[in-house]
Amino acid sequence: MRVNINGMEHTVQVTGNPSLLEVLREQLDLTGAKYGCGEGVCGACKVFVNGLPMPSCITPVTSVQDKKVITVEGLEQDGKLHKIQQVFMEADAFQCGYCASGMVIASVALLDKNPRPSDQEIKDAMQGNICRCCTYPQIVHAIQQAI
Amino acid sequence: MKKIDNDSPTRYPEQYELDEKTESVPLGRRSFFKYMGSGLASFLVLSDVLASSIVETLSPDEKFIVEDTLAAWIHISEEGNITVFTGKVEVGQNIRTSLAQIVAEELFVPIENIELIMGDTALTPYDRGTYGSLTTPQMGPILRRAAASVKELMKELALKEWNLGQTSLHLEKGQVHHPTNGKKLSYAELAKGKKLMQRINENVKVISPENWKIAGTSVPKVNGKDFLTGRHKYVSDMKLPGMVYGKILRPPANGATLISVDVSKARSIPNVQVVQEGDFIGVTAPTSQAAMVALAMIDAKWNTVAQPSRKQLFQYLKDQAEDKEQNPAVDKVFNASDQKIEQTFYLDYIAHVPLEPRAGLAQWEGSQLTIWTGTQRPFGVQEEAEQIFKIPKERIRVIMPDTGSGYGGKHTGEAGLEAARLSKAVGKPVKVLWTREEEFKWAYFRPSGVMEVKCSLGVDHRINSWQFYNYNSGTAGIETPYRVGAKNIKFQRSDSPLKQGSYRALASTANIFAIESTMDDLAVMQGIDPLDFRLNHLEDKRLGDVLKATADSFSWGSVKKDGLGYGIACGAVKGGYVATCAAVEIHPQSREVKILRLTVGFDCGAIINPAHLKSQVVGCVLQGLGGALFESVDFRNGEILNPSLSTYRVPRFQDVPELEVVLLDRKDLPSSGAGEAPIVAVAPAIRNAILNATRVKLYQLPMLPKGVLPEAG
Repeated sequence: MRVNINGMEHTVQVTGNPSLLEVLREQLDLTGAKYGCGEGVCGACKVFVNGLPMPSCITPVTSVQDKKVITVEGLEQDGKLHKIQQVFMEADAFQCGYCASGMVIASVALLDKNPRPSDQEIKDAMQGNICRCCTYPQIVHAIQQAI
Repeated sequence: MKKIDNDSPTRYPEQYELDEKTESVPLGRRSFFKYMGSGLASFLVLSDVLASSIVETLSPDEKFIVEDTLAAWIHISEEGNITVFTGKVEVGQNIRTSLAQIVAEELFVPIENIELIMGDTALTPYDRGTYGSLTTPQMGPILRRAAASVKELMKELALKEWNLGQTSLHLEKGQVHHPTNGKKLSYAELAKGKKLMQRINENVKVISPENWKIAGTSVPKVNGKDFLTGRHKYVSDMKLPGMVYGKILRPPANGATLISVDVSKARSIPNVQVVQEGDFIGVTAPTSQAAMVALAMIDAKWNTVAQPSRKQLFQYLKDQAEDKEQNPAVDKVFNASDQKIEQTFYLDYIAHVPLEPRAGLAQWEGSQLTIWTGTQRPFGVQEEAEQIFKIPKERIRVIMPDTGSGYGGKHTGEAGLEAARLSKAVGKPVKVLWTREEEFKWAYFRPSGVMEVKCSLGVDHRINSWQFYNYNSGTAGIETPYRVGAKNIKFQRSDSPLKQGSYRALASTANIFAIESTMDDLAVMQGIDPLDFRLNHLEDKRLGDVLKATADSFSWGSVKKDGLGYGIACGAVKGGYVATCAAVEIHPQSREVKILRLTVGFDCGAIINPAHLKSQVVGCVLQGLGGALFESVDFRNGEILNPSLSTYRVPRFQDVPELEVVLLDRKDLPSSGAGEAPIVAVAPAIRNAILNATRVKLYQLPMLPKGVLPEAG
């Protein structure tokens, strides 16, 4: 099956209908999206599918045929970080960083939909992403810097 | 009652705070430059690190090892590259950054010039592990002196080069400046063609915290960009040529034993290999999904054993505990007092839930084994591999790339060892990734516990007797920081139904919850302000200072508003002093509890990186909210009943209250760790705030598993 990831066409094996996350990580070596829970409740595996943030761990790869997938690796343009990546870096928000890719995707999605979110709107929109180091206030602060 | 011979201390050395243990390491002084290439180095041997009392107990052979074995070093290469070697590991505490800051400060170079090699048993010195908030207080000063010593060595070399006598020299941006003629010598030039190493001068002059320019500032995470672009490779992201994915057959419950197993269906799948070594059964396959399918096709029958469930937990812990040591003198004071309290506190098991579940990758090259795994004890995993595979340690290399968190939950290296066993059997590199369910079921938990408190007041309103028993959860934080007259404080080992081990701050959370709740109850009983009551009894000025600073910032005593409750608590753990004030609101009808505001004051000596310190404090407090309010492990007959993130709730964005952190920068005091202490006061502060608002006393952590407060009485 052919899939479009970060603007590039790839042919991938779909025997057994693996999840999008498994295909990204094991077949395409795109390991930015992480496994965290396997049930779509922690946000670590989020990627964009046709512009919408989706938990790739519960998204069958066969469901993204003919759709455009963007992972955290695809956010940099011409070697330049996406604005959200830049503000996260400047805010020095993370500790272990394992949730970072999912947080980046979720915040890009939030600002696409709502360019000027309030603190409460940020918390509501990001509720599906877990940071077990609990750097939540730093993440909210970073997102505010991108507004 | 029975006496428990708990074997967990060998497996989880921190929990019961065992004695120091030394191990030989591959690299001695003699082989150093063969290994490192030419250059300049300063080093420390193990005996410099270990307490002299421990060194004295060693045999002559062991003493030789301790004298010869390098414990930490800094190397400056002929190219001027500065490399720092430490066996400590990075699990998100940002120690890679703060240790680099310390070295950059002493060597007058930008932080980018420092490379840290961490947690690699072949390259870095032996280290017992990264836990107990020890990296900053132990490794920080060692590396500071190592850097200062190598700086002195470079100054000496420069003086010799310029034929100068003892003169003070100026260093800047990796160069030594001539005092008069404007000439400069770079560190690379000074290291060229040299093989000089010197033992760290214990008395070397280091830069005092008042003059810090790099240390003491908020340098951002050194490799921060890699985490935001997905470039950083955690073990779970790594791949080797020819690698296959491994899965292990797990029993349905703790303690279950295998009766029979049929692996033929799994074995018949193309490209799947089944490994069976006694009860160790696993599969490998080209993809993780195929491995999962193959595992599911194994038909195993198990014998499960009846064992205590959560409902019986607390009674069981008391029943199984060693005999309680009484103290009649304390009882006598207690019995003679008119005002007294006797109460019991309970604590559930909680899970660490590191967002990166255990991951291990292993490769055999001949009889040489390499394991990559996320562990807080790479050298401990090396020792375990030595025992399993019966090969000398020199042939086992354990590497720990910066890992997706631990919180005390990754003292072991199961996934790495499982990968190594499978890899040995199938002759290919194998990666084992635990699922979230495996992480919940087969890792280990923060111990549960029961705390019994009996205390009384004298006619002078001061505590005149204090009895405190902790069953099972541990000794950390068990001593009260208050003046209490006659006292009897004991830890009672018991038999834990579930596997338990270290967790951030160990038993301090449990003990300080019981101590600080009782302090409030005593204050309330007499109608004294809880802050005043504490200050009247506090012996430790440093803790008192933090308590006052926190209360001031919170406006304690002057912010009372109807319908709200205010609570305070404090504690001292591992060189860190913390106080927390909480404001809560209880909905009059629904009894829903809302944490409105927390103020946390913290003193851990001289601050090395203010932003990262604040981040640690915030992280501790918010993670502590989970254990305080709703996190708990449910289990029945050895089976974990909530092994997923949809059934085990952890704090999320919406759980974050208004949070203020007050950092006391004590430049006059040595820095201590910060990843643990700030967690301890949050639960009792909230408990006491609920008491203040409603007169309801809560005795169990988590306090509000459903978010709703029970009625008073």
